Amino acid sequence: MSHVFLYALVGTGLFTLGLYALIVHTHLLRKILAINVMGSGVFLVLVALAARARGAAPDPVPHAMVITGIVVAVSATALALALMVRVRAETGRAELSEERPE
Amino acid sequence: MAAIPWGVMAILLPLAGAMACFLSPRRASPLGLITALGVVACAAGLGWQVAEQGAQRYAIGGWGAPLGIDLYADGLSLLMLMVTAVVGLGISVYSSGYFNREKAVNFWPLWMFLWSALNALFLSADIFNLYVTLELLGLAAVALVALAGGADALTGAMRYLLVSLLGSLAYLLGVALLYHSFGCLDIALLAERMEPSPAVMAAMGLMSAGLLLKTALFPLHFWLPPAHASAPAPVSALLSALVVKASFYILLRLWLDVFPVTAAGLGQLLGLLGAAAVLWGGLQALRQTRLKMLIAYSTVAQLGYLFLAFPLGSNVAWQGALYLLLSHALAKAAMFMAAGNILCFGGHDRIADLDRVAQRLPLSLAAFGLAGVSIMGLPPSGGFIAKWLLLEAAMRSGQWWWVIILILGGLLAAAYVFKVIGYAFTQAVMTHEARAVPATMEWAALVLALVAILLGLVAPWPLALMEIGLPFGGEAAG
Repeated sequence: MSHVFLYALVGTGLFTLGLYALIVHTHLLRKILAINVMGSGVFLVLVALAARARGAAPDPVPHAMVITGIVVAVSATALALALMVRVRAETGRAELSEERPE
Repeated sequence: MAAIPWGVMAILLPLAGAMACFLSPRRASPLGLITALGVVACAAGLGWQVAEQGAQRYAIGGWGAPLGIDLYADGLSLLMLMVTAVVGLGISVYSSGYFNREKAVNFWPLWMFLWSALNALFLSADIFNLYVTLELLGLAAVALVALAGGADALTGAMRYLLVSLLGSLAYLLGVALLYHSFGCLDIALLAERMEPSPAVMAAMGLMSAGLLLKTALFPLHFWLPPAHASAPAPVSALLSALVVKASFYILLRLWLDVFPVTAAGLGQLLGLLGAAAVLWGGLQALRQTRLKMLIAYSTVAQLGYLFLAFPLGSNVAWQGALYLLLSHALAKAAMFMAAGNILCFGGHDRIADLDRVAQRLPLSLAAFGLAGVSIMGLPPSGGFIAKWLLLEAAMRSGQWWWVIILILGGLLAAAYVFKVIGYAFTQAVMTHEARAVPATMEWAALVLALVAILLGLVAPWPLALMEIGLPFGGEAAG
């Protein structure tokens, strides 16, 4: 159980790290990467927790969930990158502008 | 009699419609309208089925829980599905007049995908499927916001996308913890096996936080006004009316069925945040100079009311929150459409320069006013019934301080609605060229506003539907 716990802990760590990066970085590419790191953290937790008992075959359901999650993450990242390119073309900067008075 | 799986059709039909609109861009508008009518028929069929035979469960592919994916329709999902159908039809009719050919090609497939995701979300019975539908919904919604083009809409869409992904990932981490604890994803099975533990508490915190971010509960509402106000009018309408309600619906389901009731303190916290949202949203709405920003902040305030049910927790309170959700969906869609008409008519939405819109766009202003009646909670509108139920629940549980919030929120709503109506009657300093607005757009807004009022007159009927399948638990009705 201990190594499973370690993997899950690393996954949670990645999630937190990604969350931190998402908040502190202003460049959109870094934000998108941060979201992806967070996603990988969640997937790691899912895969690690699939091992229910030592020696027994792992539970396949979380693996199916991870595959679905990866599909979602790929499409979301594609949309985010496309949007980032458009934002840069429109505003000249790949950043979210600060709140304007309007 | 062989049961027709109306629920499955309500998901598949818009999906097929989306593909048809995408493959045949020149006929996107008529195809979209036909699909919209079909989805309304499916929702009506499902309504009849649920009303006659009680809550429906459908195992996709015959697999069944825990391995397969189940669809489940009780009174709560049914009402969500029906209000989506009514608002969706209104938005479809409105959009057929609103978009030029170039934009319509992109709008219709995305809108149909979004509708499909919404219906799937309301019918899903397992928490992972809810995650997938939530993501489908988010991606389609972001793409629709970006449709407007321009710096404001694109940055609004980008912020919305990041927030939406962050919320979904927090939710997914919660799903992972719940699955590890109980070995199942089905909501009904989870409810059976549920027992409090630290992992469950962590999951509850993560999932609630993710969903609150997506529902834009104060102080997590920062992304909503720019995204909703910069989108094209029909998109603003469907975002404010339907999309934010989807994450609230998931939260409601989890709260009612899955999570242990030990978290009374968390309920009070949600109530407090809701109260803050009502006041803050109302004050911000009053301060806005642009009509669409005003309506977007009004959404922030109205979403706050939904959370007043959490500290009360009684059957009546849940009914009140759901009733508010339904009437707000109709009224807010009508309001954004009316604002879209005004914007289309005068080329701007500065409140101070509305310039006699009352005389020149009487139908749209009537729609705005009627929707405002429901938002303020004046009788005989749906908003009145909702606030009455919440008021009753607050008095009955002895938590009278929520009543003050309800009254203050109503007064603030009255202030910002009358601010707009006042300017609509006066002549502005700056006059402007006016463009004609298609009649379909004016009537779509007016009919939705009328339905929001009507919801107050036929209250027993939705309240009876809410009881089917006892989504709010088996406590004594009333």
